[in-house]
Amino acid sequence: MFRKFTKEDIHSRSKVKSSVQRNLKSKLVSQFPQLEEVIDELIQKKSQIELIKCEDKIQLYTVDGEVYFFQQFDELIPTLKLIHKYPQAFPTIQVDRGAIKFVLSGANIMCPGLTSPGARLPETPGYEKDSIIIINAENKEHALAVGKLLMSTDDIASINKGHGVEMIHHLGDPLWNFNID
Amino acid sequence: MLQEVVYCGVCTFPPEYCEFTGKLKRCKVWLKENHSDLYEKLYGDEEVGDKEVSGVAKNLADSSIGEEREEKLEKDLKRLQTKQENREQRELAKKLSSKVVIKREARTKRKFIVAISGLEVFEVDMKKLAKTFASKFATGCSVSKNAEKKDEVVIQGDVLEEVQKHIKGMLEEKGLKDVKMEIIDSAKKKKQPEGAEGAPATNGKK
Ligand SMILES: [Zn+2]
Repeated sequence: MFRKFTKEDIHSRSKVKSSVQRNLKSKLVSQFPQLEEVIDELIQKKSQIELIKCEDKIQLYTVDGEVYFFQQFDELIPTLKLIHKYPQAFPTIQVDRGAIKFVLSGANIMCPGLTSPGARLPETPGYEKDSIIIINAENKEHALAVGKLLMSTDDIASINKGHGVEMIHHLGDPLWNFNID
Repeated sequence: MLQEVVYCGVCTFPPEYCEFTGKLKRCKVWLKENHSDLYEKLYGDEEVGDKEVSGVAKNLADSSIGEEREEKLEKDLKRLQTKQENREQRELAKKLSSKVVIKREARTKRKFIVAISGLEVFEVDMKKLAKTFASKFATGCSVSKNAEKKDEVVIQGDVLEEVQKHIKGMLEEKGLKDVKMEIIDSAKKKKQPEGAEGAPATNGKK
């Protein structure tokens, strides 16, 4: 999604009104209920959310200068910077070590990289197709990517062929390196 | 409770991923100096041998994918890294040795156009740039082919200096500081090779 993203893609920047700020916070919590505990710590009352509108209808939201989440359609998607602060709030899958370099190159994740002994999927009934999930790796503590399930995790396990996850955002992509100032 | 994650000062990743960035050597130096506890945790076991990439050795032992595949992976990774580094160097050299040409031309007595060529080497999306200029200067701007069949960005208006500044800033943002820029101001009848060091040295040698 951010493979070719540059500053030239930015159309406008604006401060978000406090009512909208409240709405965004409750939307985040409704999408990721476990964020409720920390949402006020994550986005404090005195923080200012800024909206950065970009090419292809991508909207980035920054909190105190750092991009915390974004959206292209209705759904809000957390960035790795946000995820690293409170990973337990997000549905997680794990790739094996062999898949790491592919993930870091921005490739979609193939099913076998998610079903081998070093990988981990949730127990049935896992996550639905189209869920936003975060991607960890074998023997690593922190997430390295965010993606969208192209099939349910149960199907990934049983079919075990083809692309399982569409890559959205990963360590080292232009969004990760994005610096607003 | 929110977690505070340390990010590598060299490659910006969480340090456990430094091994995949091709900068491991420098990353390790940084980590040792700035977060010795983390360094200990990630690379502690290898201190004795002090081999370059053996930080992976620990991971190797716990890895699920078997030693042979790990080794192959490691080799692939290294090859990829050297390849990447070489390619980056070649590209940088190429970029630094090319130049951007910004040309001002008179349309009528009081109307000018500014044309920029030589951008393709720098991976600039010219359509996007044209859009940016169009809104920045509130004028017409488009991409068209010049006499040499190369793309150039053409702006309606007398904006030579502003364009020069913008391009300079844009290249610097890409980490390219000393790119040559040739300014041709045909509206003034005179060539101004500003900033370009193209003039031959006058030390008598040939
Ligand atoms: Zn590093």
